Amino acid sequence: MTKSHEELPLTPISDTPSTVNITGLWRVVRPVVDKEKCKKCTICWKFCPDAAIKLVDGIPVIDLDYCKGCGICAFECPSKCIIMVKEGEQ
Amino acid sequence: MRQVMTGNYASAYGAKLSRAEVIAAYPITPQTSIVEKLAEFVTSGELNAKYIPVESEHSAMAACIAAETAGARTYTATSSHGLTLMHEVLMWASGARLPIVMTNVSRAMAPPWSVWVDHMDSVAQRDTGWLQFFCQSNQEVLDTIIMAYKVCESRKVMLPAMIIEDAFILSHTSEPVDVPDQHVVDSFLPPYAPELKIEVGKARGFGSLVKPDQYMEFRYKDMLAMREARDRLLAVEKEFKNVFGRSHGGLLEQYMCDDADVVLVTAGSVAATAKDVVDALRAKGSRVGLARIRAFRPFPHEELRALGSKVEGMAVLDRSFTFGAAGAMFSEAKASLYSCQKRPVMKNYIAGLGGRDITPKILGKIFEDIAVMARRGVEEEVEWVDVAGLPRRWR
Repeated sequence: MTKSHEELPLTPISDTPSTVNITGLWRVVRPVVDKEKCKKCTICWKFCPDAAIKLVDGIPVIDLDYCKGCGICAFECPSKCIIMVKEGEQ
Repeated sequence: MRQVMTGNYASAYGAKLSRAEVIAAYPITPQTSIVEKLAEFVTSGELNAKYIPVESEHSAMAACIAAETAGARTYTATSSHGLTLMHEVLMWASGARLPIVMTNVSRAMAPPWSVWVDHMDSVAQRDTGWLQFFCQSNQEVLDTIIMAYKVCESRKVMLPAMIIEDAFILSHTSEPVDVPDQHVVDSFLPPYAPELKIEVGKARGFGSLVKPDQYMEFRYKDMLAMREARDRLLAVEKEFKNVFGRSHGGLLEQYMCDDADVVLVTAGSVAATAKDVVDALRAKGSRVGLARIRAFRPFPHEELRALGSKVEGMAVLDRSFTFGAAGAMFSEAKASLYSCQKRPVMKNYIAGLGGRDITPKILGKIFEDIAVMARRGVEEEVEWVDVAGLPRRWR
C-alpha cells in the first residue's frame, strides 16, 4: 500500500536488517554437495559472494534462503563435489 | 573582533565558530589552507573536533555522510576536480537528508589545466540537491557558513549546503573580516540534534531500497525541503542581522535596482567590481543596477521575476558555460521570466573563464551593450566576452 509523502520519514530507513529479504527465491539452479567427495578444503565457503555457505564439520551446507544459485562454489571446487541442478529437478 | 584574513581562513573560522564536530578533508589547490587552518585549530585544542585525513574527496564526503548520520555536525572543503569527484556522494548526502556544510573554492575544470576561478565546477553540481551560495566577500563566506548550518539543520529543510568562494580572488586575498564572539554564535546556532540518527543498540537500515510504488513520494519530500529552504534562508538572515548587525541580501542581492532601466545579473566576486561600475555609471546619469545571485539553489525565481518586470534590459553574466546551451544562470533567469506579463530584453555574456579578469571596463561595455539591446532588440543572445580572435574589442 503506497503511503502518502506526509506519512513517510525524511529518508528511507528500515527497522529490520536486510536479512529479511530472502534472496534465495531468485535461484533457478541449486548447488548440491556430494559429502563423500568433499575434501573439506573450504574454498567454496571462502568464495561464496553471499555468505550462504555454512561449514558443519568442515563440510559445506548451503543456506538455500540466500543462495542465488550463481555456481561459483561449483566452479571453484577442486574435487568437483558440488554440482548445479535445475530447481524442480532431482 | 575585526581581523585581516583570506577567504580560506574565513571559511575555517566559520566552521570553527559553528563548532563542526567532524571534519574530513583532502587538500586541493586553492582550498588547502582551509583544511590546514582547521587542522591547526584541532591540534591546538581550540576546536573540539575529530579530524579525518582521507585518501580522496569521494572519501571525504563519504566520511562526512557517515558522521552526520551518527548525529555529528560535519564540515569539509574542496575545489574543482575534488568537487566533481564527490558527485556521486553529493547526491547521497542530499537524498539521505544530511545537513552537511562544505566550502567549494570555485576553480575552472581541466583541460586546459587551470587553478584559477570560474564557476564550471559548482554549476555542474547544480542538480545534486545541495543549497548553493555564491559569496562576494570573505565576510560573507564566514557569515554564510554559520547561517547555512542554521538553515540546513532546521527540521523542514535537512539538506546540505555548498558555500562557494572564488578561487584566489577570495580564497587567497586578505580582507577585513569581523569574527564574531563564540558565545554570540552559540546563542544563534544551537547544537545539531537530528530526529533520526544511528543509535547504538538499535539496528536500522539507512538508505534502504524503495520500490517504484514509493520512490516518488520521497523525491517529492526533497522538493518540498528545497522550497522550504528558501523561506528559512530569508528568516535566518533576518535573525542574523538582528544578532550580528549585517546581512548579505537574501537569495538575490540588489544594488541600485529600484529605478534602474537596465541591470546586470551575476554571481560571485565580480559583483563587487560591478557595484563600483554601477556607481561610476550612475554618476554620469545612467540608471543601471546590479543583481547578485547569492543563492543559485534554491533559485531566486520570485525576486528575478519582480526585478525583470520593471527593467528594460537584463544582462546575465555567467562565469561558466554549458556545453550546447547558454550559460546556466542566464537560462534559468530567462525561464523564470518567460511567464511574466512584461519582460526585459535579455542577453547572456560568458566571461571570466579560467581566471580571466573581468575588468571595470569590460563591465562598463556590458552595461552599454545591454542598454543598446534594450532599445533595438538582441542580435546575438549569447556572447563570449574578451576572446581573442572575435571582432568585438572589450579591452
